[in-house]
Amino acid sequence: MIEVHGLTKLYGEHAAIRGLSFGIQEGEVIGFLGLNGAGKSTTLRILGCVLLPTSGRVVIDGLDTATQAHEVRQRIGFLPDTPPLYEEMEVGEYLAFVAALRGVPSGKVRARVEAAEEKTALKEVHRAPIYSLSHGFRQRVGVAQALVHEPSLLILDEPTSGLDPVQIIEMRALVRSLKGEHTVLVSSHILPEISQVCDRLLVIHRGELVAQGTEGELAGRLGAGASAVEVEVRGAAAPAVELLRGVPGVREVTVAAEVDGVVTLRVAGDGELRGAAARALVGGGHELLRLDRSAHQLESIFLQLTREVTRS
Amino acid sequence: MRNAWLIARRELAAYTRSMSGYVILAVTLMVDALLFNTYALEGVRKSGEVLGRFFYVCSGTTMVASIFIAARLLAEERQAGTLPLLYSSPVRDVEIVVGKWLSGFLVVGALTLLSFYMPMLVLLDGRISLGHVAAGYLGLLLLGAASLALGTLGSAFAKNQTLAGILSGCMLVGLLVAWILAPVTERPLSDVFTALALHGVHFTPFQAGVIHLRDVAYYVLVTWVALFAATRVVEARRWR
Repeated sequence: MIEVHGLTKLYGEHAAIRGLSFGIQEGEVIGFLGLNGAGKSTTLRILGCVLLPTSGRVVIDGLDTATQAHEVRQRIGFLPDTPPLYEEMEVGEYLAFVAALRGVPSGKVRARVEAAEEKTALKEVHRAPIYSLSHGFRQRVGVAQALVHEPSLLILDEPTSGLDPVQIIEMRALVRSLKGEHTVLVSSHILPEISQVCDRLLVIHRGELVAQGTEGELAGRLGAGASAVEVEVRGAAAPAVELLRGVPGVREVTVAAEVDGVVTLRVAGDGELRGAAARALVGGGHELLRLDRSAHQLESIFLQLTREVTRS
Repeated sequence: MRNAWLIARRELAAYTRSMSGYVILAVTLMVDALLFNTYALEGVRKSGEVLGRFFYVCSGTTMVASIFIAARLLAEERQAGTLPLLYSSPVRDVEIVVGKWLSGFLVVGALTLLSFYMPMLVLLDGRISLGHVAAGYLGLLLLGAASLALGTLGSAFAKNQTLAGILSGCMLVGLLVAWILAPVTERPLSDVFTALALHGVHFTPFQAGVIHLRDVAYYVLVTWVALFAATRVVEARRWR
């Protein structure tokens, strides 16, 4: 689907990205991760045919973005970091304009606009002027314009930027719902925000690709299999801690919180701990309320990846 | 060029919803009317002379209005962050530029035609040649097209509308003063300045009701060159 070979973009002496190479298979949802200024937007703008690289090559569906940009643009939907919205237009009118601009036949424009509004939950603001919309709605209109022509590749640059927690969950659900219909490349500088919806992560730092793989693969690479799990059980902390300490691979169990009879425990150890920890707690008669990969671990994966490169 | 028309239509709709479009139209027509009354109709004159003065007045306001209209065309897209939408769509750079210019030209066209009642007023107390009126309006449209194209080029270069207006104004003034420089320089330079003069040489015949093919060709060429250059600037922006 996408092949990127030795992509470099120089702004004078400064290299925004340098020698990026990676591949994306059709139907994958890829998280593009990096700190602010890492080169994510530059890369995505090149993939979106908005920007030309200094050197290197991008091939999408067998088409070169430099020499066959017009054909490539028919296959992609791009949401830049700032949604490209015409403030004075109504939402439906704007989406119809974008659909026509992206080559949707006039007889199908209405249906495509309705479908895009359905997917992005914009029906209620169909007739609303864009300037009157909240930030969350504006981001959704941005996503809707990217998918209104039903492209095979969707490139979303920081779609969760500036959203509140509820809106982030909604946006995440939206991106998840796109899986299967589109290949999706979504960027963020916050790993937990996108890790749940992505098949694979590409981590970029200072313009270079520093790691790629699933969340588990990245965690394994950094901590030689180290992992952390967060558990919530009802009841006393001590028996649960004892049980978890007996699970093979567990090195440390700490009590993170104890509120109204609900204990939050953080379990650190080697390898995949979730299954064994759950069995141990349930087998020990504890009421297990929650068990998932620790958000702290996700953050630390990302921080370690970027620190590794900084040190080297 | 279907995309160019799509872009032009959207831009025109934006004009109808913004105050700036109406303000430019109203101010230009008001200035035209004031100057028509105080300058063109001043004293006892022959109808043809009044018409010539009317087109002279309108040429100035058309050039100024064109620069104001063109300033927003591409610079506003950049300011508002909407250029990536056009850049990532299957639209050729030339279609973006022509679409933008076309929207401006339709506004200038409307502006020009709305002044039509003024030449008709001459009929109340005199006689006018329709050929003179047609030639004058053709000249105004050609001058407007060329000024807008220069404005589109300025707008393609600039980061904001103010800068776009200043840049376009400078280019326009450069072509206007060519007429002043022609008599004070020697050949072949004076011939070059004469050929380049946007108003003094090429508009005067239209003003008098005369259409020369060379003048039509000049305005078409200025428009084409400016739009071609604007397309190149838009293309070059993909490198930055």
